[in-house]
Amino acid sequence: MEIPKDLKYAKTHEWVRIEEDVAYIGISDYAQEELGDIVYVEMPSPEDSYDKGEEVATVESVKAASAIYTPITGTVKEINSDLESTPELINQKPYEAFIFAIRFSDASGFDELLDAQSYEKHVEQEKDSH
Amino acid sequence: MIAYLPHTDEDIEAMLEVIGVAGIDQLFADIPRELILKEPLQIPAGLPEHEVYRRMRVLAERNRVQNVSFLGCGSYDHIIPAVVSHILSRSEFYTSYTPYQAEISQGFLQAVFEFQTMICELTGLEVANASLYDGHTAASEAAVLALNSVRRSETILYSSTLHPFTRQVLRTHFSNLPVHLEEIPSKNGTTDLVDLVAKLRPGVAGVILQSPNYLGYVEDLSGLAQDLHDNGSLLILSANPLSLGVLKPAGEWGADIAIGDTQALGLPSYFGGPSVGYITATEKLLRKMPGRIVGQSLDQEGKRAFLLTLQAREQHIKRERATSNICSNQALAALATTVYLATLGRQGIREVAEQNTQKAHYLYGRLVKETAAEPLFDRPFFNEFPIVLAKKAAEVLPRMEERGFYAGVDLNRLDPSTPEGTLAIAVTERRTREEMDAFVEALKEVLR
Repeated sequence: MEIPKDLKYAKTHEWVRIEEDVAYIGISDYAQEELGDIVYVEMPSPEDSYDKGEEVATVESVKAASAIYTPITGTVKEINSDLESTPELINQKPYEAFIFAIRFSDASGFDELLDAQSYEKHVEQEKDSH
Repeated sequence: MIAYLPHTDEDIEAMLEVIGVAGIDQLFADIPRELILKEPLQIPAGLPEHEVYRRMRVLAERNRVQNVSFLGCGSYDHIIPAVVSHILSRSEFYTSYTPYQAEISQGFLQAVFEFQTMICELTGLEVANASLYDGHTAASEAAVLALNSVRRSETILYSSTLHPFTRQVLRTHFSNLPVHLEEIPSKNGTTDLVDLVAKLRPGVAGVILQSPNYLGYVEDLSGLAQDLHDNGSLLILSANPLSLGVLKPAGEWGADIAIGDTQALGLPSYFGGPSVGYITATEKLLRKMPGRIVGQSLDQEGKRAFLLTLQAREQHIKRERATSNICSNQALAALATTVYLATLGRQGIREVAEQNTQKAHYLYGRLVKETAAEPLFDRPFFNEFPIVLAKKAAEVLPRMEERGFYAGVDLNRLDPSTPEGTLAIAVTERRTREEMDAFVEALKEVLR
């Protein structure tokens, strides 16, 4: 299981890459493995605004449908339109295949995110509780 | 007579001992005492088989099955080709419930796929599901679909010209949910579109209209879809699918969702059911559609095959986040509609719809000209229309029944806002000129 050190993570298994005032969001290696073969990603519309914790996208695999939440309040700057025709990119390269990007104004919302080390601990705990 | 209970006293004794309970009564200790039956049910003793048959026959003979029916308001007396019940009575179809090991039932899946295809063609929209319970519950499913598709919406507007049962089902469905339902009034028998457009605002997920509406009148929806879409809301259109043989379908009105009931397509009235609800939508809404969807694919040998598809929408996968809890369909009744549509074909549906229109207008013309009945409004209709009698419906209907006619539905009983003495009269292709002429004479007599 890969957990890159340079990213932040949410307890709901999204990874976050922050570039100035934009946060790129995808799902972790652990999450894609748990979901199995991903067949569809439901995307938000660009320019729509979302509150922190709100459901923004849905990732569907052959056995599950999982909500993707935004860790920060803001508006959708960009979606990864490659995923519309090749959703399996999430399985292949989870940390390159961002799902959507949110432009935010208040970075303090990120305080609750985990670093790679804490996220790994969180995943281990979750595995144990299964 | 045996009680059909498989366990002997000894069996029961042994089981009670294993679980450590003293007696059967203790198993029901949680049920309040006042709810427990204290003496046997008051039902007559058993009868020999042939005596039961005799009794049932005597009861059945009291039905007036020979009466000529002008009943409508959602359930109609149409011709059903014999091939429909022939196919339906094949045990491969009538013994299977929704096939949960679905892909082994290729025949049933193909039938459902054809149902979806034909309903899409009729309504002019892109995707359909395997069917819903009936036209009324289809309206709540459509409302849910709209609420889930329009961001930050909480309001559904619906016309007061929806069938009263549809309005009741909507109110029940949403009674304990954070959804705001608002009724649009009618004006001279159709939806007050000026009032509707004035009620559009952010938060309105969709508007539900019915045409022909419950009075039978055709709604003019020109330009409405545009107004709704400009507001970010969806247009949900309910229609008797047979009317689409002559009337503009939902797709051509620019509607996003079409719903209705297929009773008119191959299903008898029975005692009001079972029926079939249909729902079709634009492809954009596919991922939020309720219920089962059958898709077409290829098997490992490259041959055409059918499968349940897009199941991630459904509650056995999406769990509490599923948008609908329907995970079944009206398979056998939907099959009746499928066989009916396939038998008639495009041309046949058109002809049946035209006959309905022509016969209904013939009877309407004679009644208005020759009897003391007045039309409720002067508006275009398909195969049913409301007329106002000079007498109470409760007085007229039994007297018409004695003369061999089910003369119509008492609309005031269905919806108290309709004036007393208003009768909805439906005329299908099954009615002959002789029957209609005799009906006019009978009504003249009764209204005299």
